[in-house]
Amino acid sequence: MAVIADREGAYAPPVREENYLTWDHSIKSWLFTQDHKRIAILYLISITVFFLLGGIFAMLFRIELLTPAGDVFEADRYNKFFTLHGVIMIFFFLIPSVPATLGNFLVPIMVGARDLAFPKINLASWWVFNVAGVFALLVLVTGGVDTGWTFYSPLSTSYANTSVFLAVTAAFAAGFSSILTGINFIVTVHKMRAPGLTWFRLPLFIWANYATGVVIMLGTPVVAITLFLIAVERLWGVGIFDPALGGDSVLFQHMFWFYSHPAVYIMILPGFGVISEIIPCFSRNRIFGYPFIAFSTLSIAILGFFVWGHHMFVSGQSFYTGMVFSFLTMFIAAPTAVKIMNWTFTLHGGNVIMTTPMLYAIGFIGLFTIGGVTGLFLAAMGLDVPLHDTYFVVAHFHFTMVGGMAMAFFAGIHFWWPKMIGKMYPEFMGKFACIIIFTGFNLTFMPQFIVGWLGMPRRYHAYPEEWQVLNVMSTAGASILGFGFLACIACLIWSAFWGKPAKQNPWGAKGLEWEVCTSPPHPHNFTSIPVVTEEAYSYTGEEVLDID
Amino acid sequence: MLKYIFPEQASTFATRVDPMYYFLVIFSALVCVGIGGLIIYFAVRYRKIEGENRPSKALHSIALELTWTVIPGIGGIAIFAWGALLYNDFANAPEGALEIDVVGKQWMWKVQHANGMREVNDLHVPVGRPVKITMTSQDVLHDYYIPAFRVKHDVVPGKFTSIWFEATKTGEYHLFCAEYCGTEHSLMGGTVYVMEPEDYAQWLEGGPKTSPQESGQFLFEQRGCVTCHSGASGARGPNLMGVYGSTVTLGSGDEVVADEEYLRESIMQPALRVVDGFSPLMPSFSNQLTEEDVMDLVAYIKSLSAEEGAE
Repeated sequence: MAVIADREGAYAPPVREENYLTWDHSIKSWLFTQDHKRIAILYLISITVFFLLGGIFAMLFRIELLTPAGDVFEADRYNKFFTLHGVIMIFFFLIPSVPATLGNFLVPIMVGARDLAFPKINLASWWVFNVAGVFALLVLVTGGVDTGWTFYSPLSTSYANTSVFLAVTAAFAAGFSSILTGINFIVTVHKMRAPGLTWFRLPLFIWANYATGVVIMLGTPVVAITLFLIAVERLWGVGIFDPALGGDSVLFQHMFWFYSHPAVYIMILPGFGVISEIIPCFSRNRIFGYPFIAFSTLSIAILGFFVWGHHMFVSGQSFYTGMVFSFLTMFIAAPTAVKIMNWTFTLHGGNVIMTTPMLYAIGFIGLFTIGGVTGLFLAAMGLDVPLHDTYFVVAHFHFTMVGGMAMAFFAGIHFWWPKMIGKMYPEFMGKFACIIIFTGFNLTFMPQFIVGWLGMPRRYHAYPEEWQVLNVMSTAGASILGFGFLACIACLIWSAFWGKPAKQNPWGAKGLEWEVCTSPPHPHNFTSIPVVTEEAYSYTGEEVLDID
Repeated sequence: MLKYIFPEQASTFATRVDPMYYFLVIFSALVCVGIGGLIIYFAVRYRKIEGENRPSKALHSIALELTWTVIPGIGGIAIFAWGALLYNDFANAPEGALEIDVVGKQWMWKVQHANGMREVNDLHVPVGRPVKITMTSQDVLHDYYIPAFRVKHDVVPGKFTSIWFEATKTGEYHLFCAEYCGTEHSLMGGTVYVMEPEDYAQWLEGGPKTSPQESGQFLFEQRGCVTCHSGASGARGPNLMGVYGSTVTLGSGDEVVADEEYLRESIMQPALRVVDGFSPLMPSFSNQLTEEDVMDLVAYIKSLSAEEGAE
C-alpha cells in the first residue's frame, strides 16, 4: 500500500513536531492514556515483568530436576513452581503477548485509523489485566498454588489447600482483559479501515489478529464460567465436578479444554501474523499465496473449536468420542502446512536479507514445524496412550508456544522496535541473542521428547536415575535459553535509551506504519487520512535498508 | 547407550505401537529436514546481492497450494486411521483376561488380586497372559501408567476405567501415576513384576495373603485403637471381645445392639452413642480411614466375637 493521497481538510494536523512518546511526559498521561500506542507500551512493560517471573519459576524447577531425587526443594514447593510457571506464562504472557503489544500498536495504524474503535475499553483492558496481575502476585505472597495450570477438579476444588481461589480469580480477570482487546480488534477491522483498504489488501497481521479476536470472544467466556464454577464448588461445596459431591470430574476437562484448546490458537495465530509480515519484507518479495494464508488463518480459528477432546483420549471419554476428535484434529495439519509452505516459497526468487527479525522468523518456521509434526503423534489415539501426560507433551507444546510463539514475539518486537521506540537495536547483539535462544531452546526441549518417550511423566518432582543425563541436558539448555532471553531484553532496553535514532522506514518495508508514519508515530498516527491504492506486500525488490 | 533412546518393550501392545512411533519419527525428521533444507537453500540461493535485483513476481500457484493442502490432509487421515486401530486394540480386553482391581488414592496404589491377595504400589502379573486392570479413585484424578507396556489410563473418582496388557518379558518395570494428583504425585508408583505363570501362582498363594480381618487387625494396632480398647480392666475404652451382636447399654440408659452399623458409626462418629461408664474421649476417624479400612476394622471386631464364642 505504497501510494498515499492526502485528503485535504480531513482534520487539521497538529502543529507541534511531536511523537506519541514525547508529547506529554506526566505519569497521568501514561496511566490514563487512551492512545493505543501508549497502551501497547504499558502492556509490553507488564508482560515483560510476568515473562521474567515465569522464567524464574522455570529455572527453579529445572534446578530441582538436575538430580533424580527430590532433594533441592520440597515436593509442595516444586509443585507450586511448575503451577505458577504455567499460570503466569499462559495467562500473563502468551495470551496477551502479541495482540496486546504489537496488535494494540499496529492494528489501528495498519488499517489507517487514528486509534482502536473503543480507546477507553482498550485502557480498561490494561487496567483489568493489572488487577489480574495483582491477584497473581497475591497468590505468590499467600503461599502459591499447586494444582497445575489446568486446575483439574476435584484436586483443585476439594483437595488443594493452597490459594486456588486467588489463582482462578487472576485467570478469570486476565480473560476479561483479552476479551476487551478482542472486541476492539474485531470492530476496528470491520469499521475503521482507510479508504481503499479492502479485506484482501489488509496485511496478514490484521487477518491474524482479527481471527484471534473472534476466538477470544467465543472461547474466553467458557473458561470464565469454568473458573467461576471451580470457585463455587470450592467455596460453597456445590457439587459440580467432584464426584464425592455428586459432580463429574470429566465434565470439568471438557469445559476447560473447550476454551484452552482454542486458547493455543489465541496464542499462536498472532505469531503467524508477525511472520507473514517479516518474511516478505526481508525477502523483498510478494508473499506467496496471500488468500491461502488468510483463509488458513480463519480455518484454524474455526477448526480449533472442534478438537478439544484430543486432550482427553485416556480421560474416560468414550472410544467413539475420541475418534471424532482425533479425526478433526488431523484436519488442522492442512492449514498449518499451507502456512509453512507459503512462507517458505516467499523466499523463492526474492532478495533475502538476514536481519535479526528474519533470523527469528526463520527460527520460528523450523521450531514450529517440529512442534506441528509432533502434534501428529499426540493426535493419533493409539500413540497418545503412551505419550499422554509425559515429557513428550511438554516438549511438543513448548516447541509450538516458545519455539513458535515466543520466537514470533521476539521477531515482531525487533522488527517494529524502531517504529515503536524510535531507536535501532544493535544488530549484532540482536542476532547473537537470537542464536543463543535458538541453541538453548533446542538443548532444553529435544531431550524432553526422548525422556517422554522413555516414559517420564510430567510434573514429577523426583524421577528414576536412568533419566538424569537427559534432564541435566535439559537444565543446561534452559540456562542457555534464560541467558539468551536476558541478553535479548537487555539489548532492547539499552537501545531504547542509547540506540541510534531510527529513520522512518529503516527496513525499506511496505505498509502504512512504515510508509506514512514517522518513527515513533505522531500521537494521531497520521496527519491526514491515508488512501490505499495497492495490495499489501507490493515489494519490487528495489527497496533498500535505511540504517546508518 | 541405547537405553537412553529406546524404551524397553515388554508387552504385546508395545510391539504394535512402537512401529507407528518410529515411523512418525522418521517421517517428521524428513519433513523438518525437507522444509529446513528448502529454507536454507532459498535463503542462500536468493540472498540479496548488492547492485543486483530480482524483480518481485506476483506469486501464486494453485497447483502448489493444492499439493500442500491435500497431501497433509490425506496423510493426517492415514495417521488418524492407524492411531484409531491401535486404540481399538488398547481399549478392548480379550475374553478370559486375568482380572485385577486397583484403587488409587493420594498417594498410593492399592491392588487386589482375584483371590484376595493385596499389594500396595507394586503389581505382580504373569507373563504371556492378558491382564485386565479395573481402576477407580478414592479422591482425585490419577493415572495408571506402565511405560514398558505403553499403557496408561486415567483413574477417575466415581467411575471405573480399565486398561489391559499382555506382558511378553519377565522382569521389573516402572509403574507411575501420570495424572498430577498433588504433593507426592511423583512418588505414587512402584514396580511391576512380570513373573513366569508358575511363579505368579506361587506368589499368589505363598505370599502373605491378608484377609480383611488381618488388615483390620493391622489397622487396629497401627491406628492405636488397641491403646484404649486393650481389654484390660480400667482401660479408657470398652472391651471389644464379643461385643459384636451383643446388647450394649449407653450412657443415656438406652440399649442398642452392637451390629455392623453401630460399629461403623462408633468409628466415624464415636461421640453419638457412647457406652455407659465411658467418657466421649475417642476422636472421629471419618477423615482418616477409607471405606475399605472401615470395612476391615469392622471385620476384625466381628472376628473377635467369633473367637470369644468358640472359647
